[in-house]
Amino acid sequence: MGNSVHPDTDESAIVDAAIAKLLQAHPPARTETQELLGAVFDSGLAWIHFPVGIGGLGLSTVLHQYVYSSLTAAGVPDYISETPIGYGMAGPTIAEHGTEAQIAHHLRRIFTGEFVWCQLFSEPGAGSDLASLSTRAVPTGDGWLVNGQKVWTTLGHLAQYGLLVARTDPDALKHQGLTYFLLDMTLPGVEVRPLRQMSGDAEFNEVYLSDVLVPDSARIGGVGEGWGVAMTTLANERLVLGATTPRHGGAIDEALALWSAREDKTSAAARVLRDRLLDLWIRDDVAWLTGARAAQRRESGPGPEGSVSKIARSSINQQTYELCADLRGAASLIYSAAAALDGTAQPGYMFLRSRAQSIEGGSSEVLRDVVAHRVLGLPPSHRPDKGIPWNEVPRS
Amino acid sequence: MRLVFTEEQEELRRSVRRLLEKTSASRELRQVIDSDLGYDPEVWALMADQMGLQGLAIPEEFGGSGYGWMEQVAVLEEMGAVLLCSPYFASVILSATMLLSIDDPEARRDLLPGIAGGQSIATVAFTEDDGRWHDAPIRTTARPGDGVWCLDGHKTYVLDGMTANLILVVAATPGGASLFAVDARSPGLVRTPLETLDQTRRLARLELRGTPARLIGAEGAAKAALARTLDLACMAIAAEQVGGAQRCLDMSVEYAKTRVQFGQPIGTFQVIKHKCADMLLEVESARSAAYYAGWAAGEDPEALPAAASLAKAYCSRAYCHVAAENIQIHGGIGFTWEHDAHLYFKRAKASELLFGDAGEHRELLADRLGIESLRLGGGRIDA
Repeated sequence: MGNSVHPDTDESAIVDAAIAKLLQAHPPARTETQELLGAVFDSGLAWIHFPVGIGGLGLSTVLHQYVYSSLTAAGVPDYISETPIGYGMAGPTIAEHGTEAQIAHHLRRIFTGEFVWCQLFSEPGAGSDLASLSTRAVPTGDGWLVNGQKVWTTLGHLAQYGLLVARTDPDALKHQGLTYFLLDMTLPGVEVRPLRQMSGDAEFNEVYLSDVLVPDSARIGGVGEGWGVAMTTLANERLVLGATTPRHGGAIDEALALWSAREDKTSAAARVLRDRLLDLWIRDDVAWLTGARAAQRRESGPGPEGSVSKIARSSINQQTYELCADLRGAASLIYSAAAALDGTAQPGYMFLRSRAQSIEGGSSEVLRDVVAHRVLGLPPSHRPDKGIPWNEVPRS
Repeated sequence: MRLVFTEEQEELRRSVRRLLEKTSASRELRQVIDSDLGYDPEVWALMADQMGLQGLAIPEEFGGSGYGWMEQVAVLEEMGAVLLCSPYFASVILSATMLLSIDDPEARRDLLPGIAGGQSIATVAFTEDDGRWHDAPIRTTARPGDGVWCLDGHKTYVLDGMTANLILVVAATPGGASLFAVDARSPGLVRTPLETLDQTRRLARLELRGTPARLIGAEGAAKAALARTLDLACMAIAAEQVGGAQRCLDMSVEYAKTRVQFGQPIGTFQVIKHKCADMLLEVESARSAAYYAGWAAGEDPEALPAAASLAKAYCSRAYCHVAAENIQIHGGIGFTWEHDAHLYFKRAKASELLFGDAGEHRELLADRLGIESLRLGGGRIDA
């Protein structure tokens, strides 16, 4: 992804021509979904930065957002929101590290949504410190015998495939003993259980892996090279996350709606709420501008804007949804966890759900460490796990 | 919307940085602070003659180079980074903008080329003792005299009021708030330097007693011109604030890497790292806000008032926070007179208070957008 260049008129012309040709040959209104998405893939508009022939046009990522908005505006199903993990994580990982057979088998099906994917990285004992994970893959005659437990698995209950990182060498340093697999979720020994979260619903799952026999053909990348492959997966998360809330949308829009509907706008208490609203409105817009600036800078490689965006965004969202709860006042005393479990939308849900935003996808504390090291160049902290084999590292 | 600079704009920024590093580093800053004049005329001349900075954004027909506001943003960011003590802001940002915002071709022809070439130093005197920046009642009056107007009243918090040779005074006539040009040597003008919190920006108080003045534009034309000038001043000071805040972050990071306590650089401690990461977040966010306002100034004038208030509100708080954390990270040395940290801290607070603080601009923003209509689809700001 680091090879993106300045978007030149050539790239725009190539992309525009491909879009026009696609929409003419396959009018979205009159084309069946699978066929339409297949045609998008075949025309190289699925991931424009992939090589020609595997869903791409060999271009930079600069026009990625443009292609996505153009296609969805023309009636192509939202292929990012529908298959976030497949599109954002599995696709780029397989394109970069996969064998020809893996690429041929998976990429098109990922894009058309035929194969739903989940991510099997986090474990109960390995959250921020992902590389300390304990799920074991032991070589057997035909492949690998996998045992362990994964957690926070979005779409785990629907997925045909999972991106699995497991430990294959416990005697190696913790980053070096890992291997990456494209796990068939229908294999015997894979058990998916819903995980109920504080908001009452079960958006995630726990995945138990008990004596799962995984063929070696499911391995992606070399034995012991899983960490590097996992970094590709995580680096590409941004491609998905980049395509989110419109300016002044989301939490701040909800807060403004509540303020507008409010009768009392002048009491001392209302004025305090109003100042919080104004402060958050500004911070929200500034965060949006920072995202826009990061996208414009991406041509010269990702800058610090991207790294700090998530820290800012999660905090702004949490404070804005809390403001929404305050703007509703006593009505916020009412909340049905049972309704949440049924998937019924209700006020107050995001007040609870947003607490995860500063944890998932890199906690704000870990991200601050990352920013301090990689952007500001501050020295690393003392790390007792450094330089010793995984099986000698203290674990809780 | 474009929030990044072109290669030409980056080159301009680098040239300004080189000039200021050579002429206006910490040692020179201390000398200028202690000088009577409050700025270095040699640097002022270099800025004008070598780089044409005073005329950068002034149209070519009035002796400038006719560049846009993003160029000005890049220049101001560099000036803010070194706390440049200079009448640049008063003369180029306030005065030239004021003259360009009022319909008086003759006054532009007479006054702008001097400002653009640096031969003339101008300022705008609009604030009075109540310290209000926006829509303030104007008690200074102007009455028509014998071929000239005569001004009576006072003005205060006038930027570089002691060094300016040309003072643009906002005074009330029966036609409303009007703009007058006053020669600094005029009889009836008494200028008093003010002792300021911020040692890097000079302020003066002016007494006007029958001071002769030239009316610029029509009577009543100053209100709209002043509003536009204040919007652009807020945008411009936000750019300065970004430069200063970035320098505070740089100082903190550098110190955290080299200051050793408990046997290790203090930058190895997470509390310090996380402070620095938060400072970076503030600086990068402030930068986005300032660049957006700079872009709006040139490309989307309708969005400018709201964008300027957004930038002024955000960058003011960000700079104050970062400047305070810079002192904290430096510990004892950061509280000393000899260290530069306090100069940035004072500049941060002063530049928040100038042209309206963060709270005032939050209110202005709400007014300018109409908070009830801020909702998606109903708002006046759009991407």
